[in-house]
Amino acid sequence: MMSDIPQNLYAARVPIFPRRVQGRFRRLKWWIMAATLAIYYLTPWLRWDRGPNLPDQAVLVDLANRRFYFFWIEIWPHEFYFVAGLLVMAGVGLFLFTAMLGRVWCGYACPQTVWTDLFLVIERWVQGDRNARMRLHQAPWTGRKIRLMGTTWALWLMVALATGGAWVFYFTDAPELARQLVTLSAPPIAYATIAILTATTFVFGGFMREQVCIYMCPWPRIQGAMMDPGTLTVAYRDWRGEPRGRGLRRQAAGLRVTGPQIGGRAPLIPMPGVPDTTTHVQGPGDCIDCNACVNVCPMGIDIRDGQQMACITCALCIDACDQVMEKIGRPRGLIDYLALSDAPREAAGGAHIPAWRHALRPRNLIYLAIWLAIGAALVFALFIRPQIELTVAPVRNPTFVTLSDGSVRNAYDVRLRNKHHDARIFTLTPGADSMTELQVEGHQDGQVPVPADAQTRVRVYLTAPAGSPPATGDHSPVRIWVEDAISGERAHVDSTFNGKDSR
Amino acid sequence: MTKHPKPDDKPQVETTGHSWDGIEELNNPLPRWWLWTLYGTIVFAVIYVILYPAWPMVNGATKGVLGWSTRADVQMHIEQVDASQTEMRASLTQTDLGALDRNPELMEFAMNAGAAVFRTNCSQCHGSGAGGAVGYPNLLDDDWLWGGMVEDIAYTVRHGIRNEDDPDARYSQMPAFGEMLDRDQIATLVAHVRSLPDGADPLSGPGGQLFADNCTSCHGDDARGDRTQGAPNLTDAIWLYGDSPEQVTRIITRGPFGVMPPWNTRLSEAEIRAVAAYVHGLGGGEPNAAP
Repeated sequence: MMSDIPQNLYAARVPIFPRRVQGRFRRLKWWIMAATLAIYYLTPWLRWDRGPNLPDQAVLVDLANRRFYFFWIEIWPHEFYFVAGLLVMAGVGLFLFTAMLGRVWCGYACPQTVWTDLFLVIERWVQGDRNARMRLHQAPWTGRKIRLMGTTWALWLMVALATGGAWVFYFTDAPELARQLVTLSAPPIAYATIAILTATTFVFGGFMREQVCIYMCPWPRIQGAMMDPGTLTVAYRDWRGEPRGRGLRRQAAGLRVTGPQIGGRAPLIPMPGVPDTTTHVQGPGDCIDCNACVNVCPMGIDIRDGQQMACITCALCIDACDQVMEKIGRPRGLIDYLALSDAPREAAGGAHIPAWRHALRPRNLIYLAIWLAIGAALVFALFIRPQIELTVAPVRNPTFVTLSDGSVRNAYDVRLRNKHHDARIFTLTPGADSMTELQVEGHQDGQVPVPADAQTRVRVYLTAPAGSPPATGDHSPVRIWVEDAISGERAHVDSTFNGKDSR
Repeated sequence: MTKHPKPDDKPQVETTGHSWDGIEELNNPLPRWWLWTLYGTIVFAVIYVILYPAWPMVNGATKGVLGWSTRADVQMHIEQVDASQTEMRASLTQTDLGALDRNPELMEFAMNAGAAVFRTNCSQCHGSGAGGAVGYPNLLDDDWLWGGMVEDIAYTVRHGIRNEDDPDARYSQMPAFGEMLDRDQIATLVAHVRSLPDGADPLSGPGGQLFADNCTSCHGDDARGDRTQGAPNLTDAIWLYGDSPEQVTRIITRGPFGVMPPWNTRLSEAEIRAVAAYVHGLGGGEPNAAP
């Protein structure tokens, strides 16, 4: 439809007033919304006793002390590979769900969807359903409109504030921060973070909504590359629905009696629960063009136009259409979860392939296997983590020092990590066959106290006696052992000793 | 009945006219808020240019009405850090250096501050790793010319060695024996001195008499040196000026004269104490005499 008149370069947002809908997917979405919001708001308030030396917050990202706590798991910065592993799992999980169910993340679990849904609940509660909201939108700014809009925005703002507020509780002790926030003694960064997240929640959930999905989010663009013909997604059975008929249905039904006689007249429309004996040979399809699917759509699109980038597959149109199909006595599923490969087959009269068979495609099973393998590897790594660790960085400036008695000394920067939740004394010893003597700067007998859940850096000297092979040689292997006197745990790191020949 | 678009219909929007192998570039309009975002960034830029340094000029840049500059910002942060360390500096100045290790917090402060002072002021001669060089003592080993207790080191840093600027500088001078001994005598002495670390008796053998006549007044009868004069121990394995015959010959002939400047004019007392503690903690520091 090329026109000679150039269209506008910029398009104003068309307001969308989704109608309330009930049905199986709406019910599922209520549950998911309740669960995700509860997880988000309540998690920081869960407590987990870790003893007197550590925080008792179950989930805590302690940036200041470089620790991440998740119930019984504690991640140190050098164990960031666990977080990286989780991110890889999240990525593979996204592949899996996209290959299996298309944009199911967008439709059900994405914060943008969940919060928009929540904001819509508020909007509907204050202003009424679709028609009332549309009237209010068209109406001039009277006192009533100002009051309703003001109430809506005030409630949105409260939700946004709670959302931004909940975020900061993940990063420090929640009850303590809550007290500080109320008494206006919290750190400025906490207020700034809350302010920014409140603003983004308010604007994205209240005003931007589908604009975020369509224009700001990269995921809709990526999905096309990740779906395949076997992917289940929300689609319209156009071979069943077309051509649409509004009133044409009545003619096609031939005014035949399909329901019980009521007052001597046959109902024009088949009754629910009564077998439809209407013959559909020619003429209109099942779609009666009632626009219910369009009216409930939070993205303001028409799913009957086919697959489109703006569709977040929230499945509310399925619920809306199912209701209508029930009313007109046609089977549900004119709009349904379908694989694209189903369309030509079903259109040609082929049987419907159940969803589970689409879900169990090899591609999905491979994703699942990868996902499980990474998960198993992470769990395994988690359980074999040692409680004490050390790293050894040889000091190479200078490479060695000659002492007055002719012995040769190497220095090492050693980091001792105590992951126990109480203070420990670590004993450092050289490997048995290294022919070197070990000293720790500032600590007698190689005994180094390391506070609870902390890392201590010490300077360690290995000294080889004058004339011994390590002292006169080039490079010799050495080993530094550390032992926790209380638990008896041992750890070691191998390094190199530079003799006089290494010069 | 109107024609409804089928799923495989092309979107009915204008295209730019560009087409590659049948793939056309759609010309969808931008959302209007995007345009407002652009305007917003322009407004931000204008305000920023007025408030902050922005336009490069021939000399420098426009100042901005806030008068903010990176240099002033750095200066402010340095002052903040300085102010935050005032207390620690004061307590480092007053503390007994020998007992520093009983105060872990102050010790850590001293070690970190000392490392910074060392890198800035000492590494030029002693090396960034304090490994020294020929003529510049290695501070990592256990051999000290003027004493290796932390107070000795602090004194050396404070007043320096053999300089003309500080009357309290540590001072001594080894004569240039080239003016007093002939070449054969020096050669004999060099061989004798080089044998000392292997356990030779300083006062016997061919060079014993020469050593007794010329060297023992400073280096001692046992050749173990004298710290009050900065005379090195000649029996150990450490040779400040090298242990080759040529190097030892040169030192005996000409006499060494290593100079270290006094640092009390350039460093604060706290900085001197910090760097002394740092050097003492590099591995060769000698424990304080029992109190």
